[in-house]
Amino acid sequence: MDRLLDYTAALSLLLILLVLASVRRAHIRVEYSVSWLAGAVALLALSRAPRLLEAAARALNITYPPLALVLVTGCVFLLIFYRFSVIISRLKDDNVALAQRLAILEYRLESRDHHSE
Amino acid sequence: MKELLIIVPAFNEEGAVGGVVRGIHEAMPGTPVLVIDDCSLDGTIPVARDAGARVLPLPHHLGLGGCVQAGYKLAFELGYQYVIRVDGDGQHDPRDIPRIFEALRASGCQMVIGSRFYDGDANHTSLMRSLGIRFFRLVLRPILGRDVRDPTSGFVGVNRAALEVFSRSFPLEYPEIEALVVLQRKAFRFAEVPCRMRARTTGRSSITPLKSIYYIVHVLLGVFANILRLRPRR
Repeated sequence: MDRLLDYTAALSLLLILLVLASVRRAHIRVEYSVSWLAGAVALLALSRAPRLLEAAARALNITYPPLALVLVTGCVFLLIFYRFSVIISRLKDDNVALAQRLAILEYRLESRDHHSE
Repeated sequence: MKELLIIVPAFNEEGAVGGVVRGIHEAMPGTPVLVIDDCSLDGTIPVARDAGARVLPLPHHLGLGGCVQAGYKLAFELGYQYVIRVDGDGQHDPRDIPRIFEALRASGCQMVIGSRFYDGDANHTSLMRSLGIRFFRLVLRPILGRDVRDPTSGFVGVNRAALEVFSRSFPLEYPEIEALVVLQRKAFRFAEVPCRMRARTTGRSSITPLKSIYYIVHVLLGVFANILRLRPRR
């Protein structure tokens, strides 16, 4: 059990560092890093606080706490994947730069038409 | 070169935007006013046009930062020297615009902020917002190397140098605080002038406790990202 918790803690820390480095290099936008950081911090807390993990296991009615950790880990990442699916779907429609360019070009075309009339 | 453009980001502000535009025309006669409509579902566009504003309609909802940046981009392309942003909900008093404009021209600063706290505590500011402002003042002081009284104020004027920077890079969500850090990274300067904030006359604030927490986390991460960006200071 201790080894599983240690691995989870190490992976969580690695994930936090990876995400922060990615934010720093602007490979991940800040708003898209929040889910990863929240998930990693939650797993880190569960793996480093046995009482918290036992409480989570009791709440889930699971007698073996490491199983609860596996379940929570799976749920956290499923939620993250779900959230990103929503974001990507929205991003497809909401291409900010393109929308701004379109609006500006339309504005300038209309202004030119008004002047030429 | 054209001198000053007033931009008014607006989203579903048909109840307030007409008064805002008329107030700007009274305070700054002859100055063009551009309402950037963030794909409102109500009559914001006709109301703004009837009040005498030009309108830049966005094809879909971009959020405040994207909306403001669209105005900055257009102003930069059209060759304006200064841009002052006035929110479309009527909380900014257009009578303060001349003070911001004068400070922009006289100080040589790249940005001038209309501050509700310049002369002490502001009216019409909720306890939650006041606490948030105090928190971010503490966070920003060591980063900016000086105090900023009202870092969340959207009542701001920028000159052409800042306009160029913001045209290229501007926070898309909750832009005010991050924009200060963006300017600091360019070694730009800002000044604050006292301004009145009025109570919202129509609609209601979308701020909830959960959104406040998200706001704080988002802005802190945005500040962190801007500080650690690899691009050197200029």
